[in-house]
Amino acid sequence: MNENIHIEETLWNYIDGSLGEEETTVVEKLLQSDATWKSKYEDLLEVHTLMLGNIGLEQPSMRFTRNVMEEISRQYITPATSSYINKYVIRGIGLFFLISIVGLLVYGFGQVNWAEAGSATAIDRLDWSRIYNSSYANIIIIANILLGLMLLDMVLTRKKRKIAANP
Amino acid sequence: MQTRTDSEIISRVLNGEHQLYAELVNRHQNFIFTIALKYAPVREDAEEIAQDVFIKAFKALATFRGDSKFTTWLYSITHSTSLSFLRKKKLDLRSLDNEQVFEAADNPSPASGPDAIEYKSRAEMVARAIQLLSPDDATIITLFYKGEQSLEEIGAILGIEPNTAKVKLHRARQRLREKMEKHFMQDVKDLNY
Repeated sequence: MNENIHIEETLWNYIDGSLGEEETTVVEKLLQSDATWKSKYEDLLEVHTLMLGNIGLEQPSMRFTRNVMEEISRQYITPATSSYINKYVIRGIGLFFLISIVGLLVYGFGQVNWAEAGSATAIDRLDWSRIYNSSYANIIIIANILLGLMLLDMVLTRKKRKIAANP
Repeated sequence: MQTRTDSEIISRVLNGEHQLYAELVNRHQNFIFTIALKYAPVREDAEEIAQDVFIKAFKALATFRGDSKFTTWLYSITHSTSLSFLRKKKLDLRSLDNEQVFEAADNPSPASGPDAIEYKSRAEMVARAIQLLSPDDATIITLFYKGEQSLEEIGAILGIEPNTAKVKLHRARQRLREKMEKHFMQDVKDLNY
């Protein structure tokens, strides 16, 4: 049985032309001298020839192309990101922000009076009520609530779409 | 009239001549539809799959880099779209490799057997024999013999190694031969004379 499978596999490879030069010579010799190999080869070759010229293709309906094109006219081509994003521009923007941040930090540190920086009195002198007051806190809370609601809406819409796609 | 190559059409479609995509659809629709039919034997379902394939291909056309043949890329979309379709229809995907499911086809009723059908040509007989195969076997044989895809390309389409594709093709051809011997032996002899 295994021998039979081996013969068939080798013969299929021979028919497909995927055997090496040496193996091809061996098979050709076997085909000339061994009746089993020869008969098996003729069987397989018959199937192969039948497949080569006789597999037909089915045709979809006459309107097929029109249906596809109508559907496509409602769509648009999503360009590959690599085709419209220039790496140098992205790197340039990155470099600009990096230089700005570093420059700002250098300028900021340059303005610090290091002699006074360590003393607690500098922080004590800060008037926190000017930075944090009730109206400021309220604005932050309202903005956070709005962002939270928007996020919830996005999650629920996505879930609804998923359920609609896979009922 | 000089025929445009797939690559020429693709580049012109990407440059805005969307109507030229119809030429690609016309060129490949029969093959895509035939492959879809291997997975979904109902013509309406197969047509839905084929339509979906061309729309997906159009949307993703800009991502086709041309490393492989356009047909290989298109057939891989067909394979994945067909599997998604079957999944959506809640068909048991394991059945694709399950010979038992196709045993019924191996033992057709006398009314549908070879005695009852007069085959007009070899092509009809081959088509009938392929219908008796599992979708996987039928697809691999169609891709190899009709789709002009190499084993490497078939591997890429089905998401398997080329060697696995080779083994699968051998097995598919073996099963096809068995089916032909079982059901169409007389027809093959008749056609040979």
